[in-house]
Amino acid sequence: MTMIFPVAEMGLKEAGITAIFGYIVVFSGLIILMILLYIMSAVFKAKANKAKKISPESTEITKIPTKAASAPTAPGSAGHVKLFDVPDKEAAMVMAVVAHKMQKPLNELHFISIKEVKNDEV
Amino acid sequence: MNILDTLQTLLNDSGFAGFFMDGGWKNIVMIAISCVLLYLGIVKKFEPLLLVGIAFGCLLVNISNFFVDGASSANALYHPELWSAFLDESSEYYHSYGHIMSNGGFLDILYIGVKTGLYPSLIFLGVGAMTDFGPLLANPKSLLLGAAAQMGVFLAFFGAVCLGFEGNEAASIGIIGGADGPTAIFLTSKLAPHLLGPIAIAAYSYMALIPMIQPPLMRLLTTEKERSVKMIQSRQVSKTEKILFPIIVSMFVILLLPSTAPLVGCLMLGNLWRECGVTARLSDTVQNALMNIVTVFLGISVGATTVASSFLSLQTLFIVLLGLIAFSFSTVGGLLVGKIMYKLSGGKINPLIGSAGVSAVPMAARVSQDEGKKANPSNFLLMHAMGPNVAGVIGSAIAAGFLLAVFK
Repeated sequence: MTMIFPVAEMGLKEAGITAIFGYIVVFSGLIILMILLYIMSAVFKAKANKAKKISPESTEITKIPTKAASAPTAPGSAGHVKLFDVPDKEAAMVMAVVAHKMQKPLNELHFISIKEVKNDEV
Repeated sequence: MNILDTLQTLLNDSGFAGFFMDGGWKNIVMIAISCVLLYLGIVKKFEPLLLVGIAFGCLLVNISNFFVDGASSANALYHPELWSAFLDESSEYYHSYGHIMSNGGFLDILYIGVKTGLYPSLIFLGVGAMTDFGPLLANPKSLLLGAAAQMGVFLAFFGAVCLGFEGNEAASIGIIGGADGPTAIFLTSKLAPHLLGPIAIAAYSYMALIPMIQPPLMRLLTTEKERSVKMIQSRQVSKTEKILFPIIVSMFVILLLPSTAPLVGCLMLGNLWRECGVTARLSDTVQNALMNIVTVFLGISVGATTVASSFLSLQTLFIVLLGLIAFSFSTVGGLLVGKIMYKLSGGKINPLIGSAGVSAVPMAARVSQDEGKKANPSNFLLMHAMGPNVAGVIGSAIAAGFLLAVFK
């Protein structure tokens, strides 16, 4: 393979142009990727909406927990939490501490997963 | 044989005698540097998984490697002159791994994995398996922050050319700003292998220093009001989207810049193993066992390149300085675009997540979280900052691919 800029010939002007062009390439690449991701998410959102329209009964079913979620004391209404190497008791304590620190009722918070971060993973 | 002659021979053969040879003092300095790096890794916990290996590799190579008439001593673990012949087009051993295998030491053989780009790619396999791209998929705008945070790469590249480095060397120095160790090692081993030691050490040291480098810049460039912005929870991303993501990214990025194939391909394969749900065993192996094995080889062999004769130079000081500039400007680039997004979104995006666009995962995201929490104790930015953070990994791979395409 040949170099576009032979080493000895790289002056400040060429370096400046290469730097600006490189930054533009990175931006353009990621902008195109962003557009692709938006298209992908739009397709999935449309599919999800279509599925909801087709089965109105299921919508009714999902409405029930949503109503329950707005109630301040409804237990377990924020969905399931995945635990990785964390005992139930500790997970409950973590959730209670987070709710207390955020000054929000626990049922308004949705915990997706709780994982113990070991020192060697840091 | 006279016992005195035997003792004399033993003394002459020992490494201690090497210290009194021409330039032997440099090895003593390198041994001191390796001890400092060991201290930083073990006591200060600066990226210990890699820095301890690099520091010990540095120690090993400098207690075994003394030069006599331009060649390494017989017991050397690493032979720079073999690699010079390997890279010299006029040499009969040009690109001859056989010559390295038959004449090299222990560290020469391990170094083949760096030279071929094997270790950085395998590390990326593990990184991919450990990374959740969900926050990025939930908020694709994060990619802009990942792109903006590559500013330091190109500014440091330009700065290095201004300081007299050749284009390929400047490109390798600039990539330190990508804050991605495997990418820096991959690019440097291809473009400027003679600078691998200082560049790898600078990259990993600055990555460990992110909690000290970034916060002053974050506070300087943002207001208290901006830092205290609470961001709303991102949408849930479906499993199918997570499976499609690595396939789409691989196809798009590799078609755009084929030179990124080893890094992006491995990153995305690792991620696909994680997300597809039918290869849990493989995902577990690359995240843990393989990652640890490769880290062992990578650390020692990168440390081996810190041979006193080439490491102790003004160039190394420049590299350390330019690395800091690269890191700082990458942070600034991310923060500036974060501020623009804050304005355009009507104050819904916290600009602190921009600094996480440097790809030191998850350290940079944690710094954003900590700074956001200082401004507003109920702020929880970690998941929002993970989007730009993983976007930075892709961004730095694209930057490396571009530089490789230009200079290789």
